[in-house]
Amino acid sequence: MSRLAIQKTYKLYIGGKFPRSESGRFYAINNSKGNLIANMCLASRKDFRNAVVIARNAQSSWANSSALNKGQILYRIAEMLEGRKEQFIAELIAQGETAENAKTEVLLAIDRLVYFAGWSDKYQQFFSCINPVSSAHFNFSVLEPVGVVAVIAPEKQSLLGLISVIAPAIVGGNTVIVLASESKPLSAISFAEVLNSSDVPGGVVNILTGKKEELVNQFASHMDINSIIYCGTDEQLILSISELASNNVKRTTFYKKNDWASDSCESPYFIEKTQEVKTTWHPTEI
Amino acid sequence: MFKASWAYDEAPESTNHIQLKNKYDLYIDGKFTKPVKGQYFDTIDPSTNEKIASVAEATSEDIDKAVEAAKKAFVGWSKLSGKERGKYIFRIARLIQERAREFAVIESLDGGKPIRESRDLDIPLAANHFFYYAGWADKLTYAFPNRSPKPIGVVGQIIPWNFPLLMAAWKLAPALATGNTIVLKPAETTPLTALKLAEIIQESGLPKGVVNIVTGAGETGAAIVNHPNIDKIAFTGSTNVGKYIQKAIAGTHKKLTLELGGKGANIIFDDAAIDQAVEGIINAIFFNQGHVCCAGSRLFVQESVAKLVIDKLKNRMETLIVGNPLDKNTDIGAINSKKQLQTIENYIKIGLNEGGEIYQADCKLPIKGNWCAPTLFLNVSQSHRIVQEEIFGPVLAIQTFRTIDEVIEKANNTPYGLSAGVWTQNGAKIFHLTQKLKAGVVWANTFNKFDATSPFGGTKESGFGREGGLHGLKPYVKFD
Repeated sequence: MSRLAIQKTYKLYIGGKFPRSESGRFYAINNSKGNLIANMCLASRKDFRNAVVIARNAQSSWANSSALNKGQILYRIAEMLEGRKEQFIAELIAQGETAENAKTEVLLAIDRLVYFAGWSDKYQQFFSCINPVSSAHFNFSVLEPVGVVAVIAPEKQSLLGLISVIAPAIVGGNTVIVLASESKPLSAISFAEVLNSSDVPGGVVNILTGKKEELVNQFASHMDINSIIYCGTDEQLILSISELASNNVKRTTFYKKNDWASDSCESPYFIEKTQEVKTTWHPTEI
Repeated sequence: MFKASWAYDEAPESTNHIQLKNKYDLYIDGKFTKPVKGQYFDTIDPSTNEKIASVAEATSEDIDKAVEAAKKAFVGWSKLSGKERGKYIFRIARLIQERAREFAVIESLDGGKPIRESRDLDIPLAANHFFYYAGWADKLTYAFPNRSPKPIGVVGQIIPWNFPLLMAAWKLAPALATGNTIVLKPAETTPLTALKLAEIIQESGLPKGVVNIVTGAGETGAAIVNHPNIDKIAFTGSTNVGKYIQKAIAGTHKKLTLELGGKGANIIFDDAAIDQAVEGIINAIFFNQGHVCCAGSRLFVQESVAKLVIDKLKNRMETLIVGNPLDKNTDIGAINSKKQLQTIENYIKIGLNEGGEIYQADCKLPIKGNWCAPTLFLNVSQSHRIVQEEIFGPVLAIQTFRTIDEVIEKANNTPYGLSAGVWTQNGAKIFHLTQKLKAGVVWANTFNKFDATSPFGGTKESGFGREGGLHGLKPYVKFD
């Protein structure tokens, strides 16, 4: 008698837990033959707002963990992903990638995590400086995380793109709320399982699956989001994100045509995108 | 008691050496040019409300001309070697230094700020800024390792009335050093030092069209913001206008930096050097009549020393000299405009209506002109509007606290994030606080200090981008 395979239920990832959408809604992901691969949660605006509260509460303790610790956690994510790479390759193939592309993407994604893990205790040295002011002060400028970052992940390269955008944000001490690739959302939720077993504190990365049409404007207008990153080419969406971002002077980043497999996606300048410069004046006269 | 023993004789700064015209035109393409529509407005001395000069009002036709000139000039200027660019900027710095006193007097006349401040702070810092960025012009690749920085193109810069020449320097110097060309608009109430700077720029031999200075009010600014051939907007001003600009340029290719409002927290611990801290509170809120985006307008005093600090503060406020901006004894000059005075007076009313306990220095204000006595409010809490909103005047809101965690939470509970100050003799406490405070600039045992080498700018709704220092170059370059 043949054994019936166990299929995975894909849910959202919020605050280190895997809840269903509070709305109870779903959308179907089919393969190229039209067969159902999975029912994904259709996240609601309320799910997003819940995630923002959780991401905000998680942010300061994540930012205050040591650079060494954050680096080790990112490296741990890479370790966990390496151990499960076959599953990720199969999942990409199920969503329409060729076997070769799927393998390349997963291996690059692992290496990208290692790359940014290594920056954790170095980027500050690269971007900071001591400013030789004319008065009796020790004056220095350092980077600090911008806070809570909303990410609209790329549609294509749904695993590699996602990791390439969130790794530099979290290594810099931000917490993120991600809207996964709408058409290829499976890898993002499986990646959440990896995050959940990698010592990443709950709430640091929150992943929603759902419709851009419904959620992007919420991401862009929410008053407790500090920065928004949009990966894609939809000019209409870019316009609306840019307009809504002005509500609370959000920082916006648009990655329009990035090939996330390219070496050019590895630089500390990606970390800098979600950082603020803080200048401190400390007296030196007694 | 103070009045009798602290009386000073008048010590007015001489004005006979300054050169002012009756009428100023626009500086476009290296020439002073009449505005296309022929309209002029008056610039007023806020300490008397008398007219100083007529100033051209630029309309969209003039902005077209200015942008066209800047676009044409960009071709040559962006190709000029960094070394040569730097030399022009050094020369501008020197010319400002040579004419520093004239600039200081005009700054105080036109804007109402005490001559001591314009003489010792605004003008020297403006010159330093040009001097600092001049030296960067041929070293830009060292500022951005592994990248090749390129100028953005034509930059539109809109600056406020609180530090007119200094803000012009903060905007122009890094933009020039990086090879951009510029259309700059000073504020409508304080156009004179920018126009005097245009004279210096003309004297310096800077290629025509590299810097264009156009005067006018909000509509002139909007014409710059919306001009299709401008590649970047740099704005310093209110958060409301900043949001409007961010929205207006949405979907265009324009880059943006914003330096907006603030509601700076100034935190006094019980282990602070109290007399020094009281001086610091005075400087944090009454410097430049409180017309400072990074002013320490929210004071937090640890409960155990609150009475002592507030008593000393009230005493010190009594000795502040409010009056003629050109008098060298003056601590607090004129409020920049009638409109701003109304805004401040309205906030004082709001503070009273919300139950705040007011204390104002008992000083004699001049009859003519725009004046506001140094003011503080007690008995206010986080929800009061005078605690939440930027007043941009000499009005301080005082709250007390017991623990460090409490004051961090209160200090950060604002949509703004520009500046903060901490007063304590405990070094570890200083760094604990400066790390936790959400602000772009944090001062320890000092306040309202500025330096050309020191990056300045906000977080959250106080804007984005930095001015000054190495980080001040980035807003004016692009990468492949």
